[in-house]
Amino acid sequence: MTTLTIAKTIATALAEEMERDRNIVVLGEEVAAFGGTYGATQGLLDRFGPDRVKDTPISEGIIAGAAVGAAMNGLRPVAEIMGINFAFLAMDMIVNHAAKVHSMFGGQFRCPMVLRTTSGGGRQLGSTHSQTVEHLYAHFPGLKVVSPSNARDMKGLLKAAIRTDDPVMFVEQATMYSEKGDVPDDVDFLLPIGKSEVKREGRHCTVVAYSKMVGVSLKAAAELAKDGIECTVIDLRTLRPLDMDPIVDSFKQTNHCVTVEESWAMYGVGAEVAARLYETCLDYVDAPIKRVATKDVPLAYSGPLERYALPSVDDVVKAVRETVN
Amino acid sequence: MAEIVPMPKLGFDMAEGTLLRRIKQVGEAVQKGDIIAEVETDKATIEVEAYLGGVIKGWVIDEGKTVPVGSPMVVIGAADEAVDLAALGGGPSAAAKAPAAPAPAANGAPSAGKAADPAAVSTPVAATTETGRVIASPVARKLAADAGIAISQIVGTGPGGRVVKRDVEAVVASGVKPVAAPVNKPSVAAPVAPAIAPVAVQAEDQVVPLTKLRTIIARRMHESTSTVPAIYLTIEVDMAAALNLRKQINGLVADDRKASVNDLVLKASALALRQFPNLNSSFGGDQIVRHGHVNVGFAVAMEAGLLTVVTRDTDAKSVSQIAAETKPMIARARDGKVQPADIEGSTFTVSNLGMFDIEHFTAIINLPEAAILAVGATKDVPVVKDGQITIGSRMKMTVAADHRVTDGAEVAQFLQAIRKNLEEPLRLML
Repeated sequence: MTTLTIAKTIATALAEEMERDRNIVVLGEEVAAFGGTYGATQGLLDRFGPDRVKDTPISEGIIAGAAVGAAMNGLRPVAEIMGINFAFLAMDMIVNHAAKVHSMFGGQFRCPMVLRTTSGGGRQLGSTHSQTVEHLYAHFPGLKVVSPSNARDMKGLLKAAIRTDDPVMFVEQATMYSEKGDVPDDVDFLLPIGKSEVKREGRHCTVVAYSKMVGVSLKAAAELAKDGIECTVIDLRTLRPLDMDPIVDSFKQTNHCVTVEESWAMYGVGAEVAARLYETCLDYVDAPIKRVATKDVPLAYSGPLERYALPSVDDVVKAVRETVN
Repeated sequence: MAEIVPMPKLGFDMAEGTLLRRIKQVGEAVQKGDIIAEVETDKATIEVEAYLGGVIKGWVIDEGKTVPVGSPMVVIGAADEAVDLAALGGGPSAAAKAPAAPAPAANGAPSAGKAADPAAVSTPVAATTETGRVIASPVARKLAADAGIAISQIVGTGPGGRVVKRDVEAVVASGVKPVAAPVNKPSVAAPVAPAIAPVAVQAEDQVVPLTKLRTIIARRMHESTSTVPAIYLTIEVDMAAALNLRKQINGLVADDRKASVNDLVLKASALALRQFPNLNSSFGGDQIVRHGHVNVGFAVAMEAGLLTVVTRDTDAKSVSQIAAETKPMIARARDGKVQPADIEGSTFTVSNLGMFDIEHFTAIINLPEAAILAVGATKDVPVVKDGQITIGSRMKMTVAADHRVTDGAEVAQFLQAIRKNLEEPLRLML
């Protein structure tokens, strides 16, 4: 076990995988010579050379398209798109090609690519650079969407994503790269894609979150526990496939649920979780399921306004209190 | 085993009742079936029977007080039983604040015997939506259903009085098993009252507040005319044979069984309704409910307004039997003493203004029925028979029918069937 930042964890995991399988290549803006905007590809160029670690033009369509083509032809590319806001430019490559080539052509092709990107607000980057929109990709059958909440999961899930024969959107929260965690040293440490994890157990309310909001929810749960309100906190880890099992199990005990996400509530992850609970657990519902999310506005540049709009520990505490009341 | 007897639901429309008189006093023993109170409803004064025996432990509401159906009215229990009436308060709002289940006595847990023999309490206390649905979470409903507890009997502590899981668990843990009050029919939401433009009142005008009965009539008539697409068909009947038969019948039976023209019309309609089940039905949105019984009601005019009293299985009864039933019902209606059975369950209505010499009129359908028959006076009129003008006995009757349920041709045949029954009145005897 080694304590690493998330950025270092990713760089380490990539290096370990590239060592293991020479078909793995890395491409993206600034990933080679600069080592990645967030340092998550640091050292890869020196170690594996320019044939396997490539800087690309500033064109997200080309990055994603090259990855799809490479994957269809036998490589296992790990492409980086600097921000999920720019992945809109690659939307066609991701949803019309990566997600479809396997099923559309009778299984002639696989598309074993990972598209790493960053998501999330909180850095005063204005409304076009601060969005949390991984749920949009989770809409599409044919894609897997993974968004880990901590360093250990980053390693286990990134490795699993690289070893999966399906295209994976691997979404990292941009303010979390310097967060540290204990990471297993095992080069084959894998976490299954499509498994949620119970992070804390409590009998009053089930709090469902992923990525950065897991930490927010755990803090809220600790706050609530002081008043005797015990929450189960579940980390989705994967948005597609969505593992509802631990959520359902917990909800049957708590009968209350709050979902927490950094995107907007409308048509979001919380809406999906709530709908599934209403579909499968109606007789266990004791109160309306509440969604904590970013307020329904484009994020402001102003720091105070941005903080106000993003979901906070207080928001989660308040939602849980209202739900279990 | 003390039980709270709620304000009973004594009629389909009854939403509240006024306790006119406490007939049994505190401490008095009552048997099941004893009259314990007189309750005034929108339509009538009705005597309320005890549905269990015991001793009157206390009256929860005062005489003259009007409370919603289901509010606690009186507590009946064992002679030696202590009952905390204060917990019930003086009305539904106070009752709603009372604990759902009598909490274990402060001086100790209930004895094992008591816990094993859960008391039956019948106080609907849960908050409801505007449409009358108890506000309860799904899990609370399920737990209550599993435990055999009526959800309406549980005080909700959730937002807006919602019955939530902890409320059901508290009741289950208390060992008390509330059951629902007996209710004749599910309550239906009163339709939203139509907006009425204010009326300018001059000095000479007299302003008369609407009585309860008038309010009900106003609401139901408005509901009918504003929701039912009605069609109206009129037919003329030769009543000579029917009047002759009536004379013969009445010569044979005692006064209390003598038939009126109206009784003949009731019977003639009932037989026709058997032939045309669509006219003996109710429109149910996506379905038509054809009623199995033919219960013909008829409108009775009173000083205070209009009541429809009901003859049951009218098609299966003899004319004199119908006559024997209608007379006392009419008397009770005019005395304001109708019983619930007198005014409930009609599947078709007859309105007869013949005694006022009205030749012809239309009536408003008595929802949820599909049709109503308006009967005019029987008159001697000149008729042409075999090229000669002679005197004939004629009566006009008009059906108003719900066009969602039936159509003109069917209603016409229905009217012909009634006419045939009256013009060949031996059919009424078969």
